[in-house]
Parts: sequence; structure tokens; C-alpha cells
Amino acid sequence: MTNVVGSVAAARQDAVLSVRNLSKSFTAKNKAVTSGLQDVSLEAMAAQVTGLVGADGAGKTTLIRIAAGLLSPTSGSVTVLGLDSVAESIKIQSRVGYMPQKFGLYQDLTVAENMTLYADLQGVPVAQRSERYEQLLEMTGLAPFTRRRAGALSGGMKQKLGLACALIKSPRMLLLDEPTVGVDPVSRRELWKIVYKLVATDGIGVLVSTAYLDEAERCDHVVVLHEGALLASGTPDDFKKQMQGKVALVSPAAGEPTRPIYTHLASKNHIVDATIRSGRIRAVADNNAVNVVDDALPTGFAGTVAKAAPNFEDSFMLLIPRKGPQFQANGNQPALEKDIANEDVVVETRSLQKFFGDFEAVKKLSFDVHRGEIFGLLGPNGAGKSTTFRMLCGLLPASAGEIRVAGRDLRRSRAWARSRLGYMAQQFSMYGQLSVTENLGFFGKAYGLDRKRLRQRIDWAFEEFGLTPWADKAAGDLPGGYKQRLAMAAALLHEPEILFLDEPTSGVDPFARREFWLRINSFAQQGVTVIVTTHFMEEAEYCDRMLIMSRGDTLAMGTPAEIRALASTEENREPTIEDAFIALAEGQAGEA
Amino acid sequence: MTDSNLFFMRMRGILRKEMLQIIRDPSSIALAIVLPMALLFIFGYGVTLDAENVPIAVVMEDHGSSARDLAARFELSSHFDVIRTNSMVDAIKMVDERLIDGIVRIKEDFSSRVALGETVPVQVILNGVDANRARLIQGYMAGVGEKWAALRRDRGEDGAAPAVSISQRIWFNESAESRNFMVPGLITLIMTLIGILLTALVVAREWERGTMEALLVTPLRRIDLLLGKILPYYLLGMTGMALSVVVATTVFQVPLRGSVLTLLLLSSLFMLASLGFGLFLSAAIRVQFVAAQISVVAGFLPALFLSGLLFDLGSTPLAIQVVSHLVPARYFVAISHTLFMAGDVWPILLPNALVLAFMALVFIGLAFRKLSKRLETS
Repeated sequence: MTNVVGSVAAARQDAVLSVRNLSKSFTAKNKAVTSGLQDVSLEAMAAQVTGLVGADGAGKTTLIRIAAGLLSPTSGSVTVLGLDSVAESIKIQSRVGYMPQKFGLYQDLTVAENMTLYADLQGVPVAQRSERYEQLLEMTGLAPFTRRRAGALSGGMKQKLGLACALIKSPRMLLLDEPTVGVDPVSRRELWKIVYKLVATDGIGVLVSTAYLDEAERCDHVVVLHEGALLASGTPDDFKKQMQGKVALVSPAAGEPTRPIYTHLASKNHIVDATIRSGRIRAVADNNAVNVVDDALPTGFAGTVAKAAPNFEDSFMLLIPRKGPQFQANGNQPALEKDIANEDVVVETRSLQKFFGDFEAVKKLSFDVHRGEIFGLLGPNGAGKSTTFRMLCGLLPASAGEIRVAGRDLRRSRAWARSRLGYMAQQFSMYGQLSVTENLGFFGKAYGLDRKRLRQRIDWAFEEFGLTPWADKAAGDLPGGYKQRLAMAAALLHEPEILFLDEPTSGVDPFARREFWLRINSFAQQGVTVIVTTHFMEEAEYCDRMLIMSRGDTLAMGTPAEIRALASTEENREPTIEDAFIALAEGQAGEA
Repeated sequence: MTDSNLFFMRMRGILRKEMLQIIRDPSSIALAIVLPMALLFIFGYGVTLDAENVPIAVVMEDHGSSARDLAARFELSSHFDVIRTNSMVDAIKMVDERLIDGIVRIKEDFSSRVALGETVPVQVILNGVDANRARLIQGYMAGVGEKWAALRRDRGEDGAAPAVSISQRIWFNESAESRNFMVPGLITLIMTLIGILLTALVVAREWERGTMEALLVTPLRRIDLLLGKILPYYLLGMTGMALSVVVATTVFQVPLRGSVLTLLLLSSLFMLASLGFGLFLSAAIRVQFVAAQISVVAGFLPALFLSGLLFDLGSTPLAIQVVSHLVPARYFVAISHTLFMAGDVWPILLPNALVLAFMALVFIGLAFRKLSKRLETS
């Protein structure tokens, strides 16, 4: 036993990865897929978790792929466990565990078969296997599912199986490329538990890329990449230290609505970042945030402003240089909160059910959505959000139950309802080869706008979404955030009363996400009803009301404050929506 | 553990995975078994180069006994379906309406001139849209006329006995059935399809699903990757081909005159060449849809048109003949025609087999070079 401790202690000083002046450029053919790197140097230590953080296109995946020997550097060098990533890639590949973004599992193979395949490929001696399998299955909680095909596992289980396969040979280093994308919060938390346990007991070094800024906070060391260049690196505490005094927390008075204040603050130029967290507004400013916010608050504000403890996300938002003008919400309008409950019911479901064969994907769902409301459908992948969504839009027939849109039965007046709703699909559904103008023209005609109105609406879309500089660019070549803007513009061309947005913020960087919510907010204030799905729990704060789903069932429904209150305990007096979700999901698991 | 032990362990892993995927994924079974059978039945029954039951009109402007006798000859022939009419105008109308493909016109003085011992012309009009078919029909018609004349001479109705009588015999394909020619060629097509399309698709699928990326970051060598794809699909392809041979010889009664062992050996060479080509394509193409398109254009169509499967390559323009030498299917079509219809004729088989062996080596070598453990294509 002393041996093990000794080796762990010795390993602590070792760099498992060292990157020296690494640059990578891609030929035009490959450029669209991955982004390059410029003169990046960093080290990752054994027995530590090193986080690679950055927006889309920062070069996180490229760096991890070079370390795994999948790409060769244009210049500079990468050594992994003392081995050169180009000359000795085979040796590296037998010593590291790698989990790609898509997990690398064979869908037709069972859990056990996938593990055996990777054990064979990694040359794990047969005698050691049963013990290793047992360990990994216990650690990942997959023991009851060894005979299930990987394709039939939930997102969280797939991700854990992917991790088990990467760990099959007890690697000395683990490379994880965005391991928690699209996975529910409970599974996310479990994965991190496993990773930290491995780091503590086996002393392995972990390099993990992530777009979740709260995950970066849990790393021992964080490296911030932006457009291929290294912006900063250090421990999360280093980052936070530099943020002292730059974060303010705005607590509205009791009964004072939060969202209009948030919209107001977010539209101010010298406030770098504003978010709603647990019913309060966090505002980041370059200097002396409390004063800046005090000056910026709308007259008549009755709440309080206080200095807040900075977190990693605040410093990240300050670090990344902004490009171009930010979205200016019509936030200078009077901060008037409509009394939504008195507005008409626009969408109404009663005992809505959907069966796929024997499988009940949606279980007796009933809810109302009022005019001008932002209604969120939340839940992990496979909760039944998208199925519910498609039934609401009339894309999928309901197995049982009622849906009424603007007072009419959807089953009888589907075409009528469709002309009143706009739909933005989860996947980018514009024509990649057509220009922005051509795409808008096509969708406008598809909705039956006449020539004059079409021209007006396209002009409006260019103005509203800042698409003018991209008018003649092919839609497929737009940067991620602009693709999303175009898709939304197309969904709004015919001025729908109800806007359906399916996972509009997945795969979009934090900046685009913030801008998106501001925009949605301003549409809602103009009277558009918005129904939106998301698996980012913190985004629920921007909704008026939400429905949290899990396994086709309603877990909870209510305003953000009501949902948070469900998880309020002695230890955690200010729970987040995510805490509430985890508490609810665990409660459900306990019942099952 | 020794290196060779590790090698066998990796091979076992990758082969087992591939087998399980083939068994569990209905699309590869469909491609390897169902599609070949469908092709075999469509081509075996539906596509034939013979003309049977060709609809024609016989215009009877003469009703004498000789005229009726000649018309009856046409009616008795299995090649024709005869509509009798008295009016040329009606017959032309039927050609225009595509009801018939030809007209035989027996003029009003036919019987009387035959009785006088003259050589009497019979007018034949053919629909020439499909030139090959028209030529074929023309031949059949001439044959009917000659047979009728010969019959008359035998019965002594004509004066002079024929000086020479031509007796035809067709070798190798005694019944002159194009099916015996088509089906062995078709087996070539089926093997091309499995070899190129299937491998290109399964590798592209691994790229699309992200499994290739995980596979590359294991101590897998390039040679493991190559063998791991070639072996299972070789077996699957040979199964498809064995099935096709059984159906060909039992259902379609195509003779197999060469030995089964020779067929196995030479078709293995062809299978390997196809697999090599498919893997070479798949090393570069990572999208299933594109892989399917390119393997059809670069693999299937040349095998169909440039291999001598449908047309005798000897009668094509020189340029096409030159290009056809690059198509592996060409050599195997020659081999399978020989094996099925003639037997183990090594002077024909050997040169073709050598070319195939060379091509298999070249394609597999290229695939090996092109396969890389990196994501970027070189």
C-alpha cells in the first residue's frame, strides 16, 4: 500500500502533458470542421484535472486531438507522458484513455461487448478483466445493464459507458472532449464524481474540454482558449482574485419583477455581463461594479445592490474580447411587468399522451400557456420535451388528449394553427448553399407572404438581427451565432403569435446564448408567446413559467421562484434551478 | 505479453465486433444477401437479349395457298406473335401506335408468281428504334423465309434441289440462351457491389457515428484496421457469391462446367480486388451518402457497362476497350463466362487471374497507404 501512495506522491510533480509553442492550421478543405491553434503552450499535471475552456471555435477539440495523436501539429511540439505525439503516437495511445465528443460507442453492441472490444484493442490481459469490469461497472452504475445495447442507453449512461471504455486499461492520462454536452445535470454531476475519484485514488492526469463554465470552476487548473490563442491560465482562484469588486448582485425588492431590470441592465454598454441567478441579477463591470450598477439602474428601483463573490464565469465573460455591437434590447421601455395570468390562454393541453409502440414517451401532460409568456420545457435528453414540442406544433399526432391553440382544436385546424406559429428546429434547417437573402425569401414565400410584405419583413429581419453584412453569404458558411439568428428570423417572417424554439441554445457559446435570451425577452414584451425547450437549467431563470419533465412525466411546474423553493433546505437556502432539478429527479428515482 | 499475442487479441476484438455488427444490422445483410438475389431474379427473368413473341403484322394482300402457307410459318415460329390483316394502312397504323414491331407484306401476285417458279420478294418493314432488336427480328424473319423455301424444296414443290444446305450449331451456349451468358456475368456485378459499396459504406458509417475516432486512439496498427475490415467482408461477399452460384445453377439451370475449387480461388482474387478498391475509397470518404454515390459511379457502373457483361467488348470503340482494361470486373467476367460455359480452360483463365491478383495487390496496397491513424487525409 505504501508503494501506491509513494508513486502517487511522486506523480504529483509530473507533467502528463506538455505543449510547447503549438500551432495548427488547416487547409481550406478541413477548415469548416475544426479551428486552428496559434502558439499555445501549456502543461497538465498528474493527479490534477486541467480544464480547457472556451467558446465554440476556440480550438479545444483540436488541442485534445493533437494530444491523442489524431492530428499532427503544424509547428511546435506536444509530449504526452514524456512521449512525442507524432513519433510515438502508438505508445501514447496504449497509455491514455480518450473519450471523443460522440463517445465512440458501437450502438449495435451491448455494454459488455463494447467493453470487451476496447479491452481487446488495448490488450488488457484476460486474467485481469473480470476484476476490472466489475470495478468499472460498479463505478459507473452500469452493472444491471451489461446486456443492453449501447444504442438503447440514455445519454447519461452512454457517456458513462464511453468513460468506462476509455478507462479499461487504467490509463495514466485521460483526455475528455466535452464529455457533458447534452447530458442531464444528474449524470453530469455523477461523471465529475467519478473523474475526481480517479484523480484522487489513481493519481491520473485529466485534460477535459468543456463549454460549461461552472465545470471549469471545479478543475484544479483552467486554461482559457479563444479563437486558437491562449488567453489565460491558472487556478480558478487565480481567476477569481482578479475579479474582486467587479461583480455586483442586484436583489429586487419583494414583489418587484426581476426580468425588466435585467433587460435594462444588460443593454448598458459598460456592464459587461448580466445574468439572472436564483432570482437576482449578477452584473459584471470592468471596475467598481456596485457604483456602475447603481448609476445604471432604472429610476424607482426599490431593491438593493451589493458586492458579490466573483466566480469563474464572471472572469471568463470579462476575459473574452467582444466582437461587434451587442444586441440592444428595447430595454429602455418602462419596466412594466404584464400580469400574465390575466392574459388569454394561447396554448392549452389536457392529458396529452404519446405512445411509440408500448413506450409511453409523454404521460398525461396538462398545462396552459398565456399570451406574451415565455414558457420553458425543461428536462434531460429523453425526457419527452421534443416529443411534446412536436405534438404542439402539429408535426406529430397525439396518441390521446387534447391540444388547443388559440382556442381551436389542433386536430381539426392544423393548417390554421400553423399559419399562427413559428417553429425553429433544433438542427440548423436553412439551405446551406443559398444566401441569407435567398433563404429568407424562400421561407417568406413558403408562408405565403406577398411580394410587398415579403420585402418589408426581410428588411425588418436584416435590421432586427444584424444580418445586413451577411446578406449575400451562403447560410452554411455563417458563424454559429449568426446561423441561429437567421433561423430565428425565418421563423418570425410571417409574424407568428406563438414562437416554438427547440433547443435554440445548444451548441451555441455563452455570448450568443445571452444575446438570444435578451432578444426573446423583447419579443415576449411585444406580445409574442414563446415556448422554448432547453437542457441548460440556469436558462430557466429567463422563463416566466416552466414545466420540468423527466421520463415523460411532469416533475414540477411553476415560476422560477416557485421551482427553486422546492429545493430550499437548511444547508442550501438559495438553491439554483439545477439544484431543484436534481432534488426532484432524485426524488423520482427514489419513488421508482 | 508478446507482440503477436497482442496482435491476435486486437484482431479477435475487431473481428468479433464486425461480425456482431453485420449480424445485428439488417442493412448489411440486405446489401449482401437480399440485393444480390433481387438482382439475379430481375436480370435472370426480366432482362434477356433474345427476342421472343415479337408482335408483328402479316399483311395478306394475296389469299392464295402459298401466301397462307407462308403466313402460317410466321405464326408457328416461337419468335413472333402474328396479327393478320388485309390492309397495309392498318398495319402502318399499328406500327405508329407501337402495337407491333414489324410488318411482313405479302403482295397480291405472290401465289401466282411462286407458282411460276419465280423468286418473289416479300416486303419487310421493321421498327428501328432499337437497332439491335430490329436486326435480331430481321434475322428471325429471314430464317422463317429460308425455312419455308427449304420445306418447299423438300416437298418437291420447287424445281431444283438446293445446292448447299446450311446447318447451324452454336457452341458453348447450345440453346443460344442469353441467360447462360447473363447470369455468370451478373455474379460479377453482385460481387462488385458487395466488395465496393458495402465496405465503403461501413467505414463511412464509423466516421459518421464517431466510432472511428475512438478506434484510432487505441494501439491499433494500420494493418489491424485493414485486416479487420477485409476479412469479415471477404467472408460476407463470398457468402453472397456462393448463394448466387447456387441460385444460378439450380433455379436458372445455368451449367457450371469448371471446377468449384477454381471458381472459389479466382473469385477470391476478384473479391479482394473489389474490397481493396472499396477500402481505398472509404479511406478518403467519410459520409455514407457520398460513399454510396461514388462507389456506384466508380465501381458499379463500370462493372455493368465496361466489363463485357452486357455487350461484347470486341465490338466497342477502341477507346472504350482501352478503358475497360482498368476495370477489374472485365477480367472476372471473362473468367466466369469461361468457368460456367466452357470449363477450366487455363490458357484463358490464367492471364485474367494474374491481372486480378495484380489489381488486388495494388488496390489493397493503396488502401493501406491511404489508411492513416490521423484524422486529416493526406
